[in-house]
Amino acid sequence: MLDPRIAVIEHRLSQVNNIIAVSSGKGGVGKSVISSILALVLAKKGFRVGLMDLDFTSPSTHLILGVNDVFPEEREGVVPPTVYGIKFMSIVYFSKDRALSLRGQDFSDSFLEILAITRWGSLDYLILDMPPGINDATLDVVRYMRKVKFIIVSTPSLLSLSTVKKLLESLQTSRVEVLGVIENMKMENSSSIRGHIGGTRFIGEIPFDPELEKCLGKVEGLLSTKVSKELEKIVDKMIYHNV
Amino acid sequence: MHEWALAEAIIYTVTEIAEREGFREVLSVNVKVGELQQVDLETIKFALTQLKRGRLEKAEFKVDTVKAKLKCRVCGEVWDFDKSKLDDEVAEAIHFVPEVAHSFIKCPKCGAQDFEFVEGRRMYIESVGGVR
Repeated sequence: MLDPRIAVIEHRLSQVNNIIAVSSGKGGVGKSVISSILALVLAKKGFRVGLMDLDFTSPSTHLILGVNDVFPEEREGVVPPTVYGIKFMSIVYFSKDRALSLRGQDFSDSFLEILAITRWGSLDYLILDMPPGINDATLDVVRYMRKVKFIIVSTPSLLSLSTVKKLLESLQTSRVEVLGVIENMKMENSSSIRGHIGGTRFIGEIPFDPELEKCLGKVEGLLSTKVSKELEKIVDKMIYHNV
Repeated sequence: MHEWALAEAIIYTVTEIAEREGFREVLSVNVKVGELQQVDLETIKFALTQLKRGRLEKAEFKVDTVKAKLKCRVCGEVWDFDKSKLDDEVAEAIHFVPEVAHSFIKCPKCGAQDFEFVEGRRMYIESVGGVR
C-alpha cells in the first residue's frame, strides 16, 4: 500500500534553491502579510519566486495579493499561475474559497497531493505561508521538504513570544534551520522580544502600520508600506548572508 | 494532463522499490486509484508506458479504480461518491485535490461536512513483481 506521491516530491522541488517557511506560534501576528510581501520584495529584486499558501483552512495570501480569476495550467501536472512575478499556489483554486474543514490526515493528503502535482520549475525562493502553531503543516513541511528553513514571526506580546519559544524548541529538536525571528506590529512603547529568543537570530522589527489594511489586494500599495520597507532590509541581510 | 504527474510519481516509487528489493527487472506493477480522483485510466496507462525506462522497461502496469465510500463522522452514515451529482467545476476540483470534497459534499442523512473517506480516496501501489 505504498503512496507514490512521496517519492515524487523531491523531484518536484529539485530546482528550487531555497524553501522558506514563514511560521509563528500564534495566529494573527502577520505571517501571511509578511509571506506575501516577502515574495513580492524578492520578485522585485529579480529573483524567481514561488508562494504557496499552506494555511488550507484559512487561506488569505490570495486576498492580500488581490489574486483573482486565475487557475493553474494543467500541463503534465499543474503549473501555478504567475501573478505579480510570483508563481502562486493556493488551495483556493480548488476549494473555490469556500469553507474547508480538514482533520489531520486530510491536511496531510491535501499537502502531499498538491506537492506531488505542482510543477514549480526553477525557483530561487519558494515561500511557504504556514498556518499558526506546531501542527500537521509544520510536521509535514519538516518531513517532506528537507531543505526548508524557517522565519518565525512574533508580535511583542508575551503571549506570542511564549508560543514562539515552543515552536523554536520543536524546530531545534527536528534539527531544522531557523533563519531568524521577525518582531512584527511593533509599537513605540512596546517591549522587545529581542533578547528573549535564546540563540536564535533576531532579523528585524516591523512597526505596526495602520495604513496596511487599505493596501490589501493592491500590490503597489503593499510595496509602499512600512512592512515592505523593513522586509527589504531583511531580504538584503538574507542575501548578504547567502540565504 | 494531471495524470502525467501521477504516472511520474508511480515510476519514481517503483524505481525506488526495485532498487530496495534488488529487482534486476520489474515485470508487474499493480496500482489502485481511488474513484474520488477521477483519473482517466487510459491516459495514466499511456503515460506509464511512455515513462518506463531501464529496469522498468518490461513492466506491465495494471491500474484499477477503487469505488469511493464516504462515512459521516457525526451520524455514521456510509454512502457512495456520485460524480453525477456534482457540477463539472466541482468534480474537476476534487479530481485535483480530493480533500476539497469537504467544501462541496455533505452527509446525505444529516448534512454534516465532517466525513471521512473510507476507501477510494487516493492512489497506491498494491504490489510490484520482478526478477532479482
